Amino acid sequence: MMASSYNAKEEDGHHSGASGPGGGTAVKSKKPDNTAFKQQRLPAWQPILTAGTVLPAFFVIGLIFIPIGIGLFVTSNNIKEYEIDYTGIEMSSPCFNCSQNFSWNSTTPCKCSVSFSLDQPFESNVFMYYGLSNFYQNHRRYVKSRDDSQLNGDKASLTNPSKECEPYRTSDKKFIAPCGAIANSLFNDTLDLFFIDPNGTRTRIELVKKGIAWWTDKHVKFRNPGGNNLNLTAVFIDTAKPVNWRKPVYELDTDQENNGFINEDFIVWMRTAALPTFRKLYRIIQRKNSMTPTLPRGNYTLDITYNYPVRSFEGRKRMILSTISWMGGKNPFLGIAYITVGSVCFFLGVVLLIIHHKYGNRNNSADIPN
Amino acid sequence: MFKEKPHPEEERKVRANDREYNEKFQYANNCIMTSKYNIITFLPVNLFEQFQEVANTYFLFLLILQLIPQISSLSWFTTIVPLVLVLSITAVKDATDDYFRHKSDNQVNNRQSQVLINGMLQKEKWMNVRVGDIIKLENNQFVAADLLLLSSSEPHGLCYIETAELDGETNMKVRQSLSVTSELGDPNNLAQFDGEVICEPPNNKLDRFCGTLYWRESKYGLSNQNMLLRGCVLRNTESCYGLVIFAGPDTKLMQNSGRTKFKRTSIDRLMNTLVLWIFGFLVCMGVILAIGNAVWEKEVGSLFQSYLPWDPPVDNFLFSAFLAFWSYVIILNTVVPISLYVSVEVIRLGHSYFINWDRRMFCQRRNTPAEARTTTLNEELGQVEYIFSDKTGTLTQNIMTFNKCSINGHAYGEVIDTLGAQSKRGQRLDFSFNPLADSDFCFFDQSLLESVKLGETLVHEFFRLLSLCHTVMSEEKSEGELVYKAQSPDEGALVTAARNFGFVFRSRTPSTVTVQELGRPVTYTLLAILDFNNIRKRMSVIVRNPEGKIRLYCKGADTLLFERLHPCNHDLMNVTSDHLNEYAGDGLRTLALAYRDLSEQQWEDWAEQHRSAERATDCREDRLAAVYEEIEQDMMLLGATAIEDKLQEGVPETIAILSLANIKIWVLTGDKQETAVNIGYSCKMLTDDMSEVFVINGHTVQSVREDLRRARERMMESARSRDGGKEEEMEGWVEGCSLANGFSGGGGRGADWQRQQENKQQNPVPPPLPPSTLLDSISGDFALVISGHSLAHALEADMEQEFLDTACACKAVICCRVTPLQKALVVELVKKHKKAVTLAIGDGANDVSMIKSAHIGVGISGQEGIQAVLASDYSFSQFRFLQRLLLVHGRWSYLRMCRFLCYFFYKNFAFTMVHFWFGFFCGFSAQTVYDQYFITLYNIVYTSLPVLAMGIFDQDVPEQRSLEYPKLYEPGQLNLLFNKREFFICIAQGIYTSVVLFFVPYGVLSQAARNDGIPLADYQTFAVTVATSLVIVVSVQISLDTGYWTAINHFFVWGSLGAYFTILFTMHSNILFSIFPNQFCFAGSAQNTLVQPVVWMTIALATVICIVPVLAFRFLKLDLKPQLSDTVRYTQLVRQKKRKPGGRGGRGASGGAGGLGGGAMGRLGRTGSRRSGYAFAHQEGFGELITSGKNMRLSSLALATFASRHSASWIDTLRKKKQAAQPGGGESSPATAPLSTSSSLLGPQDPATEEAANTPLGPACSSAVTPTLARSPGADSTGGWAISLGAVQVRVYRGKCFASLTPYLVLVDTQ
Repeated sequence: MMASSYNAKEEDGHHSGASGPGGGTAVKSKKPDNTAFKQQRLPAWQPILTAGTVLPAFFVIGLIFIPIGIGLFVTSNNIKEYEIDYTGIEMSSPCFNCSQNFSWNSTTPCKCSVSFSLDQPFESNVFMYYGLSNFYQNHRRYVKSRDDSQLNGDKASLTNPSKECEPYRTSDKKFIAPCGAIANSLFNDTLDLFFIDPNGTRTRIELVKKGIAWWTDKHVKFRNPGGNNLNLTAVFIDTAKPVNWRKPVYELDTDQENNGFINEDFIVWMRTAALPTFRKLYRIIQRKNSMTPTLPRGNYTLDITYNYPVRSFEGRKRMILSTISWMGGKNPFLGIAYITVGSVCFFLGVVLLIIHHKYGNRNNSADIPN
Repeated sequence: MFKEKPHPEEERKVRANDREYNEKFQYANNCIMTSKYNIITFLPVNLFEQFQEVANTYFLFLLILQLIPQISSLSWFTTIVPLVLVLSITAVKDATDDYFRHKSDNQVNNRQSQVLINGMLQKEKWMNVRVGDIIKLENNQFVAADLLLLSSSEPHGLCYIETAELDGETNMKVRQSLSVTSELGDPNNLAQFDGEVICEPPNNKLDRFCGTLYWRESKYGLSNQNMLLRGCVLRNTESCYGLVIFAGPDTKLMQNSGRTKFKRTSIDRLMNTLVLWIFGFLVCMGVILAIGNAVWEKEVGSLFQSYLPWDPPVDNFLFSAFLAFWSYVIILNTVVPISLYVSVEVIRLGHSYFINWDRRMFCQRRNTPAEARTTTLNEELGQVEYIFSDKTGTLTQNIMTFNKCSINGHAYGEVIDTLGAQSKRGQRLDFSFNPLADSDFCFFDQSLLESVKLGETLVHEFFRLLSLCHTVMSEEKSEGELVYKAQSPDEGALVTAARNFGFVFRSRTPSTVTVQELGRPVTYTLLAILDFNNIRKRMSVIVRNPEGKIRLYCKGADTLLFERLHPCNHDLMNVTSDHLNEYAGDGLRTLALAYRDLSEQQWEDWAEQHRSAERATDCREDRLAAVYEEIEQDMMLLGATAIEDKLQEGVPETIAILSLANIKIWVLTGDKQETAVNIGYSCKMLTDDMSEVFVINGHTVQSVREDLRRARERMMESARSRDGGKEEEMEGWVEGCSLANGFSGGGGRGADWQRQQENKQQNPVPPPLPPSTLLDSISGDFALVISGHSLAHALEADMEQEFLDTACACKAVICCRVTPLQKALVVELVKKHKKAVTLAIGDGANDVSMIKSAHIGVGISGQEGIQAVLASDYSFSQFRFLQRLLLVHGRWSYLRMCRFLCYFFYKNFAFTMVHFWFGFFCGFSAQTVYDQYFITLYNIVYTSLPVLAMGIFDQDVPEQRSLEYPKLYEPGQLNLLFNKREFFICIAQGIYTSVVLFFVPYGVLSQAARNDGIPLADYQTFAVTVATSLVIVVSVQISLDTGYWTAINHFFVWGSLGAYFTILFTMHSNILFSIFPNQFCFAGSAQNTLVQPVVWMTIALATVICIVPVLAFRFLKLDLKPQLSDTVRYTQLVRQKKRKPGGRGGRGASGGAGGLGGGAMGRLGRTGSRRSGYAFAHQEGFGELITSGKNMRLSSLALATFASRHSASWIDTLRKKKQAAQPGGGESSPATAPLSTSSSLLGPQDPATEEAANTPLGPACSSAVTPTLARSPGADSTGGWAISLGAVQVRVYRGKCFASLTPYLVLVDTQ
């Protein structure tokens, strides 16, 4: 430290040596206070890892984790999930042509249908997801390429979005709304599901597109500019549509509650995934009555309006159907992990108990070497 | 701060009373400024200083990196918030310090002084005093600037100053004006004074001044003797006038106030190394991830461009990788958190306060608490391996008590030892019959008082001698209230003893001594004082009693005195000799007393010879010695006295505990060998059970080498054949002994050794020793005693290793008669070769060099001034507090610091490495896992306080246990708790945790969906999950690490968790988002995530996976290989459970120290091995001072006052004489003439020796001189004689013993 050995106080002779007991003035005692804090005698709990505390802890952890794990595992196994890849890489795939011929600029949508069959009926609500692989929604430049205040309906940002949106900030000298790479790459395949009756008739399955986004996102984070102004076209008049989009943001849906920035498909897409392989909720198939399964056993056709190119970066597109339990979707990892950890803890407890019994030298506490 | 000068001043010209002339030179005025900043300069200067610290600059660099958009992986505030916090904490501290400096500067600058302006005395502020002004000083005033003393109210132009602020010595010093100027008494004359001084430029040498006064066409030499330095206080001088030579920043005081040397602890150094390694690690991570980025961008990113095009400046993957490297450096920088250094400082500060607050290190008597003067060394206190201790004032109190005596063959004062136990001590003698008795005096043997009362002639004569034969001055403030001022405590003790036994020395004049003999005042005519010197080792007085009889009284070393006794004393001599041996064996300092009756004729003849010898110009010393020799013959033995050098309280116990803690204690003392060895025995460093005490006392390189070799051989030998070959050992020992004691006085001591050896043979209980040839493994009880002149050889480059090996194999090492420089050299030697932490403890100015060079310096705030304290890192007033400082505070500090560092590195690795794993999944794009606010606050809010609380309050075992089991100290010495291995374990644990923290949520969340079907794998949910797991895991980990849960720990741990969730929900709240949508884009994440059971299960799973292995590992370690502290802790727990808690508390409070406390003079265990300890702490030359009356004032009261108050000033007088005798000193003769009547008492000496002897502590000055001088082949007498005063520093040059009176002389002038 930068101590200077001189200070005027010392020059004044106020150092401790000067005040001897002989000094006539009553010397103030410098004795430190006798408080528990200053004398480091604060009452304290001093836990020790003893066999009495550690071993039971291991057993308890084991005994708690194993049942939970089994429960999770069983629950997870009861969940039905069906997954189908419709990327169209293979020649045999019905979407092969679409995937080959596609370019962003093509005006006519390419359509293809994929047939599949469900071996088991899907009870209760069924959730329909689209899944993308090798799609880096978590890339730093991708993640930050958005303007949250624009999406929140801020007028100023609408016409002057954040620099983070570059290079999807302007188009044709107009500012893009919604700007940024995330919005620009909005997933725009359309999926339709048909049940094929054994007699061959196609029954369209009703897909609900509401309630697929977080409530907070839909109601807080995303708002259309202009507040309650229902004429979105006017609101977005000075903006350009994102480069890759076919139609502007105010034409995403006819339902005004689901149009513009508060379009739920858009909101779902804007909630970026943590990992390069991800799924996003696409539609909900609501249960009609308790008598019939939501999706009975049988054959189905998935009609795809193939708009979204992934072949260039070796991406894959999937459609997933899944039911849900109290603890969420199918998740075998959690159950297995709980069972494993619980077993390991229990096993460790046993091993430690044996070691402690055989080699532990706790009992010689009387003779502390000195 | 300092005035800019075109070129450095080469010499200074000052003309008195001529401001115009002096202003030409632009000398600094007397305004001082110790402050560093003012309001305007504070910010830039302080910031500039702070950014000189590497860490701060590093973070500034990071900040700049973050401003580059292509690199910026984190917002700028993640770095700037902690950086600003750290900078502002430091700035506030600096500002406060500076504010107080401003205040004190102002106070000093505005002090009043009287300046002579235009012949009138005017009040002026100090800061307005100019060079060349004449100022008047009054008694007890501070000297305002460096002044040339012009005149004084006292005779001979003398004045007295106290230099406590300059060098820490509280004794008075004399300054004298030139005789020409001292005549200029009054202001009118002084106003006419127009002398010009030409002198050296400002410098920092306190003891040197060189200049010339030109006045009225004459030249007068000026020396330091004429100077009053700023910082001194004028004492006992009504007033004086001085000419300002140096003012303000040019004064020696200010020139000396340099920056103090900054000590670093070994943990500090280790930490710096580790931080460098971590930087290396960081760069490696960065490179790996950058390569990953290159590959990714090439393989994937380039294809992905349709969705995510490259930033405009990036045109290829290599450039992208380069940017990614810097981005990752920013992200991963938290492995070296900015808060590390601040936290370490805070913890150390806390520990320092605990030291300051410790009531058990508070000395009631001196009203001084312990003080941690340096706050940065605490944990090193827990690693000390070598303690270097001063003796006088540190181990001993420097209080002498008259303990025993032998009169006419009858021993008195035996009560204590014969009964053996202190409880059986006799009643203290009641001296109430004697109104003049000193109430502090204790004596326990009734028979002596009875003998006095019975009127036994020889007993009376014994005490009469003690009351007459000395150079003590007395002061009688009021009737019956006598205060003795003795220059050596031994002498004071003897005269006080005589006083209590009815022979009260009341006053003296140059020619008389008045003694109250059993109530009857008797005035003796003092005919002569045959002064002490180190060859004579005795002093005598010749007095004529009122009846007219002339008698010579002599006291001195027994060996010399016995040779000069009348043959008829033979039997008595034998008896007394036995007694003397006994006393010496008890570690007492002994003196023999004798008298001789002289006839008038004898006296006349001798007086004539004496006069002629005095007048002699050549060989005056020798002639005087011969004359003295002649009269000190045929004396009659009276008896002997024994004086106890009182140990400080609790010294033997402290030393015992410290050596149990494996700390080696070396005593480095200026005292002579016998005294040092005696103290070694009395404080249990040396014991009779020791296999051997090696004495190295050679004067030549060869003999020292031979001695060392022999010592080592002996150690090996005894290690090899421990139980066999006693005889052989004996032979070897005798040989060694005779070699070792190569001086005339050695015989007596040889006998002692012999007895000691016999003793050992009688109790053959040698501790078992493993046979080993390695010197290091020798654990036998050996001790080494080495004297200063041998040490000079031993410290030479080619022998130091040898010396060190030998010394370190010994249990105790005593270096006697070492110079301050040698003390420092010994410390440096151990520091250099042993890689061990050293601690030096001392109380005097002579210990300063040692205190400064050791890793830790401890100052005893005792009577010897504050110099040592000022140089020290820790100070307290009792040696015994050292055990608490080391074993309690030091141990805890070390433990806490180690635990703190382990945890700190752990938590930051766990925190940061998650980014590394995430890098593999996000295209190495330097995307963070966490919310940026979490990154900002993690180190400063979420995890800082619990670990700080642990670092400050943690205790593994209670304080009394660490004193009870000193072995608990060992881990610190072996550096077990935090070293590179421990560091890697922490790092590994941290990395393991980070793996778990990333991959468990990864495994769970990648597939999971909420119960409303929405997938959980979005980035924000993932971030919240990982962050929450991390906070919980590190909180559980700190809970495991904390061993001492006070309310504060609870508060901080729970508080941090609470703060985390509070802040999390606030940051993710809708309100904040609606205000700043771009800043708080995590809106709703916390609410949405933390209501999911899956998330909590993930957190629980991650926590268990992180903690279970740690728990298992710790349990196994504890169960299979418990450390001593664990065992002690466990025992404590068991005891607490068994007994009622109340029962232990009481015992615990009095604890180990209390139980061990007790009498300081616990000599009970020792059976008397005889060591003759002559102690005659005496100063030569005082006889002459007394007889000349030069140091006495005319009125007897004034005389008494002066004598008592200014005893110390005699030394200056004495020193002046030496200067006068010195050839070079002649120039200044006008100044010193009145005092230089007698010649040097040091015999022929060349100036070099003189200079060396008076060299100040600065190693630079004396290093050149000491070894060369000490190497020269020794002369005859190296024996036990040293003149000493107070804490005397003995040095040996040219084989002569020369007392340099260190505290008094060392920092005073040599000119």
